[in-house]
Amino acid sequence: MTEPLLRVRDLKTYFVTEQGRGTARAVDGVSFELYPGETLGIVGESGCGKTVTSLSILRLIPEPPGHIRPGSVIEFAGRNLLTLAPSELRAIRGNQIAMVFQEPMTSLNPVFTVGDQIAEAAIIHQRLSRKAARARAIEMLTLVGIPDPAERVDHYPHQLSGGMRQRVMIAMALVCHPKVLIADEPTTALDVTIQAQILELLDRLQSELGMAVLLITHDLGVVAGQADRVVVMYAGQVVETARTTDLFDGPLHPYTEGLMAAVPRIDAPKSRLQAIPGQVPAATAWPSGCRFHPRCPHAWTKCTIEEPPLLGLGDGDHTARCWLVQEPGRRKPKT
Amino acid sequence: MTAWLVRRVAASIAIIFAVVTLTFFLMAVAPGEPLLGPDERQVPPEVRAELIRQWGLDQPAPVRYVKYLRQLARGNFGLSFSLHRPVADALAEAIPNTLLLAGAALLIDFLVGLGLGVYQAWRVHRLPDVVLSNVTLFLYSVPTFWLGLILLLVFGEWLGWFPVAGMSDPILCPTVSSFYCVMDRLWHLALPAATLGFVGAAGTARFQRAAMLEISAQDYIRTARAKGASEQRVVLRHQLRNALLSFITLFGLAFPFLLTGSVLIETTFAWPGMGRLATDAILRRDVPLVNAAVLLASTLVVMGSLLADVLLAAVDPRLRVRGTA
Amino acid sequence: MTLHAWFALLVALALAGWTVGTLRRRTARYEPGRRFFRHPTAAWGIGVLAFFVIVAVAAPLVTSYSPIVHNDIINLKNQPPSWSFILGTDVYSRDLWSRVAFGARISLKVGGLGMLVAVTLGTLVGAVAGYYRRWVDAVLMRGVDVGLALPRIFVLLIAIALFDRLGETVLILVIGLTSWFGTSRLVRAEVLSVRERDFVAAARAMGAGPGRVIFRHVLPNAAAPIIVAAALGIGNVLLLEASLSFLGIGVAPPKPSWGSMIADGVPYLATAPWTTLFPGLAIALVVMALNAVGDALREALDPRQEAM
Repeated sequence: MTEPLLRVRDLKTYFVTEQGRGTARAVDGVSFELYPGETLGIVGESGCGKTVTSLSILRLIPEPPGHIRPGSVIEFAGRNLLTLAPSELRAIRGNQIAMVFQEPMTSLNPVFTVGDQIAEAAIIHQRLSRKAARARAIEMLTLVGIPDPAERVDHYPHQLSGGMRQRVMIAMALVCHPKVLIADEPTTALDVTIQAQILELLDRLQSELGMAVLLITHDLGVVAGQADRVVVMYAGQVVETARTTDLFDGPLHPYTEGLMAAVPRIDAPKSRLQAIPGQVPAATAWPSGCRFHPRCPHAWTKCTIEEPPLLGLGDGDHTARCWLVQEPGRRKPKT
Repeated sequence: MTAWLVRRVAASIAIIFAVVTLTFFLMAVAPGEPLLGPDERQVPPEVRAELIRQWGLDQPAPVRYVKYLRQLARGNFGLSFSLHRPVADALAEAIPNTLLLAGAALLIDFLVGLGLGVYQAWRVHRLPDVVLSNVTLFLYSVPTFWLGLILLLVFGEWLGWFPVAGMSDPILCPTVSSFYCVMDRLWHLALPAATLGFVGAAGTARFQRAAMLEISAQDYIRTARAKGASEQRVVLRHQLRNALLSFITLFGLAFPFLLTGSVLIETTFAWPGMGRLATDAILRRDVPLVNAAVLLASTLVVMGSLLADVLLAAVDPRLRVRGTA
Repeated sequence: MTLHAWFALLVALALAGWTVGTLRRRTARYEPGRRFFRHPTAAWGIGVLAFFVIVAVAAPLVTSYSPIVHNDIINLKNQPPSWSFILGTDVYSRDLWSRVAFGARISLKVGGLGMLVAVTLGTLVGAVAGYYRRWVDAVLMRGVDVGLALPRIFVLLIAIALFDRLGETVLILVIGLTSWFGTSRLVRAEVLSVRERDFVAAARAMGAGPGRVIFRHVLPNAAAPIIVAAALGIGNVLLLEASLSFLGIGVAPPKPSWGSMIADGVPYLATAPWTTLFPGLAIALVVMALNAVGDALREALDPRQEAM
């Protein structure tokens, strides 16, 4: 068993809301591991805490109103990122762990050229000269498949299309050949055809550069196509983890089942779309017991009182936070 | 880009033209006989009638307007009724004084205002920011002339640090003839420029603080941090560069403020500038002087706005390069 | 000051405080209301404004002397603050506190009405320009450009000085007519964006005429900047009126206007500074309160405010 590259243990990120509406426990005890060379997908609806998780890794959470609880551990290369001094953390950001954000238009600085922004990480971490940095920027633009890189390097973000901007974001993240790339919904803001291109690009770059990718998305299709392993999140917690094939073959958690059932299938006979009843609860007031119980078709009394831990079937790889793993007989038949 | 510039300049000229026309006709329909201002009461009626005929004041307004335009085209601003000298001369004397005052005020305004705004945003919600916010609120809300009077009282009368009126020592330094006289000018300039400057700085600081805070909440600042940039780099390189854009807008808005301010401050401090000249001219119904002053004032305002637009286009890549998105 | 006046003054203070409290409670139900009062200066601003409005309305009650009567021109001129004249007297031996209190009437009236004229005109022009667009917009906005380039203080001086003081109404109108240009641009920008929203298309599809669409659908959604402009506008008009009065035109004597009071006090700045200090302080306090309230309103009504 290889050592994990990144190990998140019991991460808790809370936010103080205004006017004493309570603390929003956006990420409430999340643990997972990322192994070298693999793609780990984190899947969930909006509000489940996946983006906050990804921002917490690099400590990009705005400190008021958010804070990462002590006791959370994020291990990378043998060190806890959460206790590093600011200068040490900065040495890792953009250098060993890099991030690509969801909205390429607002995530790129409008007053600097694309080349300047790509080169910036190289200038900061590798102390390249302006000329060398510019050459590197052109290299990166070629790597991510942007035509006419020598010309484009002097363009501004508003001169590029959405798909190209996202490629620039990726180039910006990869300039120092990081070991881990965190991609937060990299394709959500793009057209479907461009989505496919970007995902393909990420795939290619990953194998070329041999890095691990943490892919955050709400789209099961993306996960099915890209991820080696999957983590499903709900209400600030991990509710299921598995290898992708195992997950899609037989999901254990009712929420995962619900997610999959909600996707319209072109190959299945036409039937009503099955939405998961109810709504995602507010982060300031997670339900008692199992957080999914108000929306779960199989819930019984135990689910309302006791919060299940991650339970597995014994093979260690596939776990779910659901009492049904222990008591499969309680599962109600499909109507 | 040049096409845009040409259009803007043409529009600016049109605007100035419109303003001058409006003012001309406003002065023309003002009630009261010409040449009956407070200075002219003693003039015998026959002399008055002769002067009126000479200066064409008995003609209808549109005719006078055309004549006025023709005069302007030849660079002739006419003769001042109240000062009995060419308008151009009177203005040429007064303008440098106002420019000196306004320039010094602008300098204080921007240096102090920018510095405060950036500092407040950096230390947002903490004690220095809270204190400064209230101070700027106060300075922004006081009547400029009142602040001038208070400063005059405290620093001029009570402490005696600065002179209380005028632009220079009339006996020792009627002209700038020595280093001492330069210092004398500066000494006289201090209070009026400080008044105008600090009131302006308060507004600038408030605006700039808001701009910096808005920028610091943007996604691209988070991206910069994610790349491992130090706080210093994030603020000085990323935030300030974007704040520059809002700052240029402020620059364009400063001109109207300085105009009103100079009128009030020059009156308060007996500063021989254009504001005071124009105010007196209006009260004395000195039509040629008023028209010229309004022409000048609106030109300054329009030019300021044009300059700001040009600077903005030069600095904001989104405006400069029509992209090929 | 007489005992009645002191008592009335304390009642006024209490009333002002009570106004703040009630307003806070009544608006606590609404999110913008809560956001508004979250500002430390917002409550203070409302309190100061309430106090001055109450003083203006009840001026005869909170003062013991008339604002225009010379009390004793020989012995009581330019007296410093004392128990009988709490803010002192001016050069004509008039009670300064009375003049400030009655002056509040004039300043608030001119400020409020002047702002009303300006904001109404600005909103109308901006809404029409933003809604109809094309040549209507072009023409109107060129007009606004000219308006913005007008050296306002000169135009006001000309309009008021030359037409001889025709009274407060003309003053209010002229100030209003020269102050609407900025508001119109703001409103136009809002209307341009609101106009594209679906509910506007729905209203038009229902057969609503342009007037109905503008007034019932577009403007309520564009209300936020209008309200903020109104609050800040009163302050600007107030300062403008004070400046005009200071320059010798504006409200006619012997009616007390804070600006002319300052001008009156200038020759005695060194010997009787209170005659200049207190009127100016009054202006500063009211405008500060208006600015504080305007700022808080702007943040409270900003639709982009969302909790994490």
